[in-house]
Amino acid sequence: MSEVQGAAADAVTDSGQVPAGGSRGRHLNPSLVVGGAIVAVVVGLALLSYVWTPYQPMRVLPVEPYQTPNAEHWLGTDRLRRDVLTQILVGARTTLFVGVVAVGVAALVGVPLGILAAMSPGWPGQLVMRANDVLLAFPALLLAIMFAALYGGSTRVAMIAIGIATIPAFARITRSGALGVMRTEYVVAARSAGRSPLGIAVRHVVPNVAGLVIVQASVSFAIAILAEAALAYLGLGTPTGQASWGRMLYEAQTTLRSAPHLALIPGAAIALSVLGFNLFGDGLRDWLDPRLEDR
Amino acid sequence: MSGAGDRTVLAVEGLDVGTGHTPLLRDVTFSIARGERVGLIGESGSGKSLTALAVMGLLGEGLHARGDVRLSGRTPATRNLLEVGEREMARLRGDAVTMVFQEPMTALNPTMRVGAQVTEVMRIHGTRDTAGARARAVELLDQVGLPDPAHLARSYPHELSGGQRQRVVLAIALANDPALLICDEPTTALDVTVQATVLDLVVRGVQERDAAMLFITHDLAVVATVCERVLVMYGGRIVEAGPVGEVFADPRHRYTQGLIGASDLAGERGRRQRAALPTIQGTVPPAGRFPDGCVFRSRCAHATDECATLPGWTPRREGDGPGQGSAPGEVGRAAGYACFHPAGGAA
Amino acid sequence: MVRAVRDVSLSVGRGERFGVVGESGSGKSTLLRLICGLDRPTSGEVLVEGRSIGDQPARRLVWLRQRLQLVFQDPMSSLDPRMRVHDIIAEPLVSQGIGGDHAARVGELLGRVGLDPEAARRYPHQFSGGQRQRISVARALAPDPDILVMDEPVSALDVSVRAQVLNLVDEIVDGLDLTLVFVSHDLSVVRHVCDRVAVMSSGEVVETGETERLFAEPGHDYTRSLVAAIPDLRAALAGRSAEDLARGVGPAS
Repeated sequence: MSEVQGAAADAVTDSGQVPAGGSRGRHLNPSLVVGGAIVAVVVGLALLSYVWTPYQPMRVLPVEPYQTPNAEHWLGTDRLRRDVLTQILVGARTTLFVGVVAVGVAALVGVPLGILAAMSPGWPGQLVMRANDVLLAFPALLLAIMFAALYGGSTRVAMIAIGIATIPAFARITRSGALGVMRTEYVVAARSAGRSPLGIAVRHVVPNVAGLVIVQASVSFAIAILAEAALAYLGLGTPTGQASWGRMLYEAQTTLRSAPHLALIPGAAIALSVLGFNLFGDGLRDWLDPRLEDR
Repeated sequence: MSGAGDRTVLAVEGLDVGTGHTPLLRDVTFSIARGERVGLIGESGSGKSLTALAVMGLLGEGLHARGDVRLSGRTPATRNLLEVGEREMARLRGDAVTMVFQEPMTALNPTMRVGAQVTEVMRIHGTRDTAGARARAVELLDQVGLPDPAHLARSYPHELSGGQRQRVVLAIALANDPALLICDEPTTALDVTVQATVLDLVVRGVQERDAAMLFITHDLAVVATVCERVLVMYGGRIVEAGPVGEVFADPRHRYTQGLIGASDLAGERGRRQRAALPTIQGTVPPAGRFPDGCVFRSRCAHATDECATLPGWTPRREGDGPGQGSAPGEVGRAAGYACFHPAGGAA
Repeated sequence: MVRAVRDVSLSVGRGERFGVVGESGSGKSTLLRLICGLDRPTSGEVLVEGRSIGDQPARRLVWLRQRLQLVFQDPMSSLDPRMRVHDIIAEPLVSQGIGGDHAARVGELLGRVGLDPEAARRYPHQFSGGQRQRISVARALAPDPDILVMDEPVSALDVSVRAQVLNLVDEIVDGLDLTLVFVSHDLSVVRHVCDRVAVMSSGEVVETGETERLFAEPGHDYTRSLVAAIPDLRAALAGRSAEDLARGVGPAS
């Protein structure tokens, strides 16, 4: 009978009457629109690079190095006389690849583990969370460096390592969200309706922790992009001769003063896509929440 | 307001509260005298808690209040509290006017010993020095019936039961001998046996201090037990007011009548027959979505076209105040109702 | 070991309206979970229609889920905010593999609880507290149970809405010949709804009896203090003060 209860209720005037308003009319929110646009641009650049680039990727051209943006080379050329725009386009592929692999590995393993931990109160849950703590204590970059030493430096190996190191983050956030869901009466209602544990996990837990997972995914996506850049910067991960925004940043470090645009351009691309994925994640979470529709 | 020398502690006149577009309280007018216990009843969204917050100057951001709220505590009420600055309001809160909330757990600081929390309120307002406040805190905890108060003062809130915590909150509220105590659903979260004790302590606490009390609840039986006069609120307006005995025995507003019917589970003569309970049709609209004119007309079985205009205030008895259709803001709303088709009126 | 309830023996007859009353910590919620097969007793047995539910794994309790259904206190948290009303009400049907036209059944159930069939397409947050509680009742009725267990179903509702929901409970329990187990802290509500009542305190049943008898002549001290502490409008108007209430001075009669 609190005041809050009534405030939460929507426009309802009679017990038999149903609230008006479409049940499908979710409003796009600004985060979703802006974030979605940025993500779309990154995806667009990556797709474009398969069919068209101004010059052949990674090709050393018979032109002056260190050119600033001009009509011939829209974003200039680098130390090795390569076209920067071409590298940005091809690098977008690497960036997306990095994010998808790292987040994919982390979410596909971490989310089920988190749900398992929340739904099995006994030793299985405990075991999962203790293993999680051990992994959490392991720095992601160190793991990536070890993987690089063992399996050779490649973008894929580095990203699987980053993904594995991110599993605990997903498992934790999923577990805490799932514990909250498991305490609700609608889960008790589902149990007494005869739902199996798997049914409860799929129908109730997953949809209700989806928002948390999406936000975690967008944050991890951004971290993976930055980690790729850091690894490339350290000379690990993406090897020479393969375009990556991180790699470009790495190569620009010696000429930071004389040709700052070589660092600024990939730096801006990384910053903008990180922002884009974060906004997109927030926006998607809100958009998926039926409680926020029709407002 | 009324003439000098009267015992009025709180006088609220024409209080409007709303967000930018949505009016939430409209033309709320009432007053409470020293030693008087007034109940404010209504369902969720009626605006009863908002009324308390407006008086306390605790309205959240985006809420605007207009009207006139005067409090005569230790000093006469010369200023409209709605125009007083935050600093001055803070001096009044916890001193001249105090409040007991519904949830005793969140009303106490979990990291502070309860004795220190009682002491603090006296030291903030400089009512007592440190040693005096500490001794007084134990006394107050004793007054609210807590066992071994000296020892209990050293406990943390989580070590106490819900009923004990609410007693501590009450001790804090009474520490500075307020002129006005506002209770917002103080026993709703408590068990029925604990509720009885806390209600008794509240009444005793205000009686001993000759303080005025505004008691907010949805529970009609509690109001009837604790208060002398009652204000019935619906849709942000006071729709009926009067002495508890008169309003509950002979409700005039159709909403009051419906509310009493719907809460009367025992039925006539205490013997339940399994007949359908009288109900009010529909549900309480969300705040800001009440109809114009009479706020209750969308759920009222007696509503006519006439109810689309705002019904004026009709005094219960002739000569109690201004007649029907009078301008708001005049005195004399102590006992009356705002309804075109009133119930009862047993001659 | 903490014992939430101990040595509780009860029986509820077919078609009976049985109330369980107690304050917080009385063990009434634990008892309810045991009755519904959501928890296992440490010792003792719960029999529903002659079959034990105590020692069976959850997947063997399908028969119980079909016969016994639950309605909860909080109409907000008992409905999954991400599911449409149709999916909520059909959940017992889907879970138990009950076939047939679910859409038609959901429409029929919505009508039964006084809601428009249109409601099926909406989400819980679009309804008021009272309407959500009606949805909860519709879900409970979906598998056509014999026993309805209600856990404080009106405690979170406004007074005017409470009366509507109590009338609905009356209607369906009578109309569908259900056995009702009604758990509440509110004696007045239990008195209105139930024929027989068990009073619980500190995990034990202190008294069981016909509701009216129990109210008129409580046999146990605890029951007496509980009955005496209920605020009552008529008694208050007749002059019962807060002090009387606290002292346990009964309603002036």
